[in-house]
Amino acid sequence: MQDTEHSIERMGSEIRHSISEDQLSTLIIIGICTGGVWVAERLKHNLGIVQDIGILNIAFYRDDFSRIGAHPQITPSKLPMDIEDRHILLVDDVLYTGRTVRAALNEIFDYGRPASVRLAVLIDRGERELPVQADFIGEKLALKSGEHISISDAGKLMLEITKVQ
Amino acid sequence: MMVGNSQFDEQGCLKHFLTTEGIEKSILLAILDYAESFVTIGDRAVKKLPLLRGKTIANLFFEPSTRTRTTFELAAQRLSADVLSLDIPVSATQKGESLIDTLHTLEAMHCDMFIIRHAHSGAAHFIASQVSPHIHVINGGDGCHAHPTQAMLDMFTIRRHKPNFTKLKVAIIGDMLHSRVARSEIHALKTLGVPEIRVIGPKTLIPDETASFGVQTYYDMREGLRDIDVIIMLRVQRERMFSALLPSKHEYFKRYGLDEEKLAIAKPDAIVMHPGPINRGIEIASSVANSKRSVILQQVSYGIAVRMAIMVMIMGNRSVESEACV
Repeated sequence: MQDTEHSIERMGSEIRHSISEDQLSTLIIIGICTGGVWVAERLKHNLGIVQDIGILNIAFYRDDFSRIGAHPQITPSKLPMDIEDRHILLVDDVLYTGRTVRAALNEIFDYGRPASVRLAVLIDRGERELPVQADFIGEKLALKSGEHISISDAGKLMLEITKVQ
Repeated sequence: MMVGNSQFDEQGCLKHFLTTEGIEKSILLAILDYAESFVTIGDRAVKKLPLLRGKTIANLFFEPSTRTRTTFELAAQRLSADVLSLDIPVSATQKGESLIDTLHTLEAMHCDMFIIRHAHSGAAHFIASQVSPHIHVINGGDGCHAHPTQAMLDMFTIRRHKPNFTKLKVAIIGDMLHSRVARSEIHALKTLGVPEIRVIGPKTLIPDETASFGVQTYYDMREGLRDIDVIIMLRVQRERMFSALLPSKHEYFKRYGLDEEKLAIAKPDAIVMHPGPINRGIEIASSVANSKRSVILQQVSYGIAVRMAIMVMIMGNRSVESEACV
């Protein structure tokens, strides 16, 4: 188990440096369910943003739906405001194949046409299957085969790497 | 034969949606939960989800119905499916043959789902038994037998207003004899745990076997409405109006029409439902249909989300890991 607070802080200062004051004050943070929402909440706090974060549940936009179906109890996505022409910071916990981000972008555009979307991830574990890169990365990790990464929120955001048998 | 069983595949997953009879509680709740997440889609800029992209859904309406057909069309379109709607007039002499031919023609067009509306009881089951294995069938109402999607949207509307099914007293009022909606509702209400279901109507319109459904029968509407949480009015079929089964229009309204005076007998927060289209002044007074207690238009809106949920349930559960179907 590893504490991730310092990664969040690093992302926060990186975001402050690269996004103008103007944009930062009107920035909309959107977290991808479930881990991305935890990271988004912390970034919102770190960046001092007042506006509630948006929650995106991409279950209905997955590219493997027809193969595996979906769990019926899906928390609906909730974007708190009109996103038309706004600057968005999309947040997820782990960036891996890039398919989740692809689905999230598709869903965001069904709500409107944002001015820009930047991507922040707590962990970039590489091994992309799509041309998707993050703008802000908390930590880069290379996992060995059979290793699995999980994030949990117990007051602090904890990272754990387990060996799958 | 248990008719309900033919809607499941070998793994026990819901493949067709033909009747609410024989579907277990967990699946009914899964449909309601799915629908809940589809309700908000109507508020977005793009009212579409990509879940059934590339699928083709055929509405086969052998009996006219504007609202059921249009809500099925919208539901399919919001899931990004391609939809075609066919109104097929049935001629009594050739229907058996033409029905099978129509099905085979549509199969040749690579349809993935048929939604069937038919005046004959059992039509959807028959079609489900005839189609190729990859095709899913939804019953959009068959004769006097079942109308399961209407029943599910009614369950959804009830749950939105009264979340705990196990505390409800529900009254279904009107022509039980010819009502496919009522039959489907009773099965769903019982499975969901509603402890008290009352059926209210004239003796001539309540079939003898009603008691075997585990419901209470009332011929006096004023008596039957006492303590009721949910009032479901059934449509009086105008063509039966002047048959021997029913008293005059005026007499029917006096005894079984829901007016403000009778509504006052039910609980103060009781909701009023009707599958539509309503006959104002026959089974329901205009003032009641337009009142705050009436959720009739909500039923129509929720019908889209619930039909989306049912389509997704039966087409999207080909789970490879398949530990559970829902």
